[in-house]
Amino acid sequence: MIVSHAWLRSFAPHDKAAHAIGELLNDHTVTLDGLESLRNDIAHIVVGLVVEQAPHPDSDHLSITKVDDGSGTLLDVVCGAPNVTAGVKYPFARTGSTMPDGLKIEKRKIRGQTSNGMLCSSRELKLSGDHDGILALTTDAAPGTPILQVLGEVGDSQLNLDVLPNRPDLLSHRGMAREVSALLGVPLASGDLSAASRDTVAATPVTHGATHATTDGVTVHIDDTTSCPRYLALVIRGVTVGPSPDWLRERLESAGSRSINNVVDATNYILLGLGQPVHAFDLSRLADQTIVVRKTRDGETLVTLDGAERTIAAGTTVICDAARPVALAGVMGGRDSEVTDATTDLLLEVACFEPRFVRHVRRVMGLSTDASYRYERGVDAAAMPDAALQCAALITQVAGGTVTARLDVGTPADPRGSVKLRPSRVTKLLGDPVPVDEIVHILRALGCAVDVISDDQLQVTPPSWRQDLLIEVDVIEEIVRMRGFDMVSDELRAFRPGTVRDHPMHLTELRVRELLVGRGLYETRPMPFTKNSTSGMRLQNPLADDEPFLRASILDTLARRAEYNLNRMEGDVRLFEVGHVFLPSDGRLPREEVHVAAMLLGKRRPAHFTEPDPPVFDAWDAKSLAIDLARAAFPDASIALVPADAPLLWRVTAHGRVVGVVQRVVMDKPVWAADAFGVELDLGVMPSVDVAPAGTHAHLAVTGTPPHVPHVLYRPIPAMPAAGFDLALVLPAEVRAADVEVVLRRESGELLELLQVFDEYRGEHLPEGKRSVGWRLQFRHPERTLRDKELEGRRGKLVSALQRELGVTVRG
Amino acid sequence: MTTLAEFLTRADAIARDGTALIRAAVTRDALDHARVGLLGRKQGQLTSLMAMLGSLPAEDRRAAGAAVNATKQTLELTLTSAEAALAPAPDASRPDDLTMPGRDAWKGAVHPVSLVIDEISGIFRELGFTIALGPEAETEWYNFGALNFPPDHPAMEAHDTLYLSDDTLLRTHTSPVQVRTLQSHTPPIRILCPGNVYRRDFFDATHAPSFMQIEGLCIDEGVSFVDLKATLSEFVRRFYSDAARVRLRPSFFPFVEPGAEMDVEVDLNDGKGTRWVEILGCGMVHPNVLDAAGIDSEKYSGWAFGMGPARIAMSRHKLPDIRLLYDSDVRFLEQFAQ
Repeated sequence: MIVSHAWLRSFAPHDKAAHAIGELLNDHTVTLDGLESLRNDIAHIVVGLVVEQAPHPDSDHLSITKVDDGSGTLLDVVCGAPNVTAGVKYPFARTGSTMPDGLKIEKRKIRGQTSNGMLCSSRELKLSGDHDGILALTTDAAPGTPILQVLGEVGDSQLNLDVLPNRPDLLSHRGMAREVSALLGVPLASGDLSAASRDTVAATPVTHGATHATTDGVTVHIDDTTSCPRYLALVIRGVTVGPSPDWLRERLESAGSRSINNVVDATNYILLGLGQPVHAFDLSRLADQTIVVRKTRDGETLVTLDGAERTIAAGTTVICDAARPVALAGVMGGRDSEVTDATTDLLLEVACFEPRFVRHVRRVMGLSTDASYRYERGVDAAAMPDAALQCAALITQVAGGTVTARLDVGTPADPRGSVKLRPSRVTKLLGDPVPVDEIVHILRALGCAVDVISDDQLQVTPPSWRQDLLIEVDVIEEIVRMRGFDMVSDELRAFRPGTVRDHPMHLTELRVRELLVGRGLYETRPMPFTKNSTSGMRLQNPLADDEPFLRASILDTLARRAEYNLNRMEGDVRLFEVGHVFLPSDGRLPREEVHVAAMLLGKRRPAHFTEPDPPVFDAWDAKSLAIDLARAAFPDASIALVPADAPLLWRVTAHGRVVGVVQRVVMDKPVWAADAFGVELDLGVMPSVDVAPAGTHAHLAVTGTPPHVPHVLYRPIPAMPAAGFDLALVLPAEVRAADVEVVLRRESGELLELLQVFDEYRGEHLPEGKRSVGWRLQFRHPERTLRDKELEGRRGKLVSALQRELGVTVRG
Repeated sequence: MTTLAEFLTRADAIARDGTALIRAAVTRDALDHARVGLLGRKQGQLTSLMAMLGSLPAEDRRAAGAAVNATKQTLELTLTSAEAALAPAPDASRPDDLTMPGRDAWKGAVHPVSLVIDEISGIFRELGFTIALGPEAETEWYNFGALNFPPDHPAMEAHDTLYLSDDTLLRTHTSPVQVRTLQSHTPPIRILCPGNVYRRDFFDATHAPSFMQIEGLCIDEGVSFVDLKATLSEFVRRFYSDAARVRLRPSFFPFVEPGAEMDVEVDLNDGKGTRWVEILGCGMVHPNVLDAAGIDSEKYSGWAFGMGPARIAMSRHKLPDIRLLYDSDVRFLEQFAQ
């Protein structure tokens, strides 16, 4: 909402500067988004100090001066003003600047003397009509300071105020003035209108009707009373449409609106001044001089004021004449019945439309106007008659004509109900005691009627325009904001610890994040949208048609992020994310799981002069990362990686349950890029079923058990030396390392301490299809040194078991 | 002619005096001088003694040779240890050029938005808050209805919503977690809810369709606006500085009343001096919200706040474009490596 400071002052005469009013409203009412002087046309005029002054050699009234404009160079300036004096500061227009009247200041010669700029008078700056020479400034400001910072309040200012949906009463200058009045304690004024023209209009009799009224040959009929409870129509005959007077044009422009003609400007004055939308119809263009408010019929169209022909959506309320629609109710009028230069007779519409119907029209027709914006939020229905009166009076004042009829169809708004307010509750909720007298004073200043029923019971009846004050807490909010939040004590008070424990998933997330950062991966937070339809979860209104689905896999997201990096020639991409994925479910909401995914691509280590070309990540890096990640995620589970069919490499199991996968990540990548390997684990479900039905509490026992992290159990540090041997085994093609390991462990017995693969070899000197794998075995007895003979015996047992069971031989 | 006894006495003397001589040498020169004096090929004392070996009777030569060897060994050992003490021998594991770079491992990084969330959470943990989480896909009731959004109200315009179906959606704020917690736990409740939220905002330099939010909720008997102001002011002092000034401005969110926004006065070091910057929205929890969750709004009261860690990350790291936080460009992420 753009508010003109001068217009605001016409409703609440105060002596504060615009910035002070802006701060006052910002502190107590509504956020100030900006403040702009309407005199930006003199923003470039600066303070100039006349350092020297001498008479012009070729003139008896001109002076030659040297002016300091803060630029560091003294400028020669010729001045014609009799009052120019050395040592005095004046407004100074530099060369290249433009004066408010459009005069461009340029370097020029005046009677043979060069002049670089101009010292200015009040009139030249349009500050006043006086022209007693140039304007002497009494200021300490340095030369070069913009004049607007020195002159104090010059002209009008626009306050840009962010009115939120709960305060539609602030969507007008009078509404904002009410707040200023309440905050400063200044009485409200009636604005620009003369009382006389208003009284003349008020003398015209009113014709009432519940749904229908006719007078002066004009008929108003409400068919759709649900969306239009009340419709006031005023008939003005004999107007002369033409330009608005200067004061009216300036008012509208000061509030960011544009002058059109005197009649339309008058309606906009009421809209921006009082907050009531008014529409003026050319009465002669309304068939049978009739207004009908009804629901639209199939296929009806209307050419609206903006010139667009629109098919009116079903369910929309329209204003019609006897034959066809002439306006979209509460949104925009039609072009055929608009006021033109030829118009002489008017029908003014001052109506009340239900917010939700206007909102519907605005949405389905995709058309938002100043009127619809206010109707959607709620217009003060009790103020309609006054707004109608003021609008008609203003039109007769600026466009002539006579009000010949006033029609009032429908039902006036119900008077506001009252709210019970307990001063004890005010104190309890605000935390500081507030005296009852102060409560009463604040509420009355805001226009509430307050009856003191008892010591702890006030009956508060809000004014008609405060539709947001419905229950006790609404009124309490008024008290704290009017007193000011600065008044609230800044005092930390005792509290009880809560019953909610940390969500276990949060603790898991922290553990996996720490692990992955420690392993050199970067955490990412990309968007969860994808073109991949695996989840089956399609958005109804996606942001981008090529990514309408929610993801079912984080590796899918990371693959796209890796492509992004590869496109930028970055080949070392180690990324991870902890985030949500979405899967089909039987319920209303998708099954939501929290996953962690990590991806390895590129060099295993940074290059070093000892290793200029480090190896790239391979499946074995992913395997070890997956095991460590699963251990961090499921600290009390036994973790295993089970070989899986392509395209997977392994499935990750925790306590035998599949919790994730390890795979090569498929993506579009340039030839120079290495293969990418990924791990994705399901950390658990994020339940989305309703906790309890609306309005009820589940009364659950305390939930949220953190994952069990088993304590380490001490194993005695060995006192006896270890002993062992290596086995270089030749494996037939079908024998897997795990098969060999089973036999080795079984036959080695419990003294086996370490079993490690240290080498794999294929090729020359080996039969086709076979490979050699080297195992290192280490044994230890807790109480004595193992003898060579024992080890040899064990070796013999192992070798014969391997030969017998797997056809594995010792490499010769 | 020398006797064996004389020979052995002489060897002993060389060993004893030589050892003392070597031990007394504190410079390399002195040590070299000692070595030459004792073992030198021409005039070394032991060399001279060895030359006399041939003049001993044949049966004594073996014992004399052994004595010479023992003496030689003693002197050499003493010399070696004395040399080591003077300047340790060059070590193969010691690089010649110590200015060459060390061998790096890859360094990981926590996302800048997570860093902000961690810091905020850390402060509120000090003030007794715990972490609550919830789903990102929600019903309209948890996202709007339970939070006192009237159906079809302009307040919902600010929450341009991504819908999954007519009554399910991607949450537009983390407030549904507040409702879920209110329904499942009995006050006192002091929770923080960090999480992803979604708005139908197109990507540009300052807007993203999905972003992190962190909300807090405090409910108990007798909780007042003073607690709200004091706790959030204390948070600001711990997060920014003890000198940081804050102010509250009236605002509107359907789920709180009174509602406010908190500004903090900050210097962004851009040469424009200090200014007020909005950091969070807050207010007393609306009684309709408590009632919707089955909590007696006469008995219990409380306050809530919400803030956007991405905005703070952008401001503190001077990020010109919010998309940097989503693109996952490694050249950006590596700047936050630890």
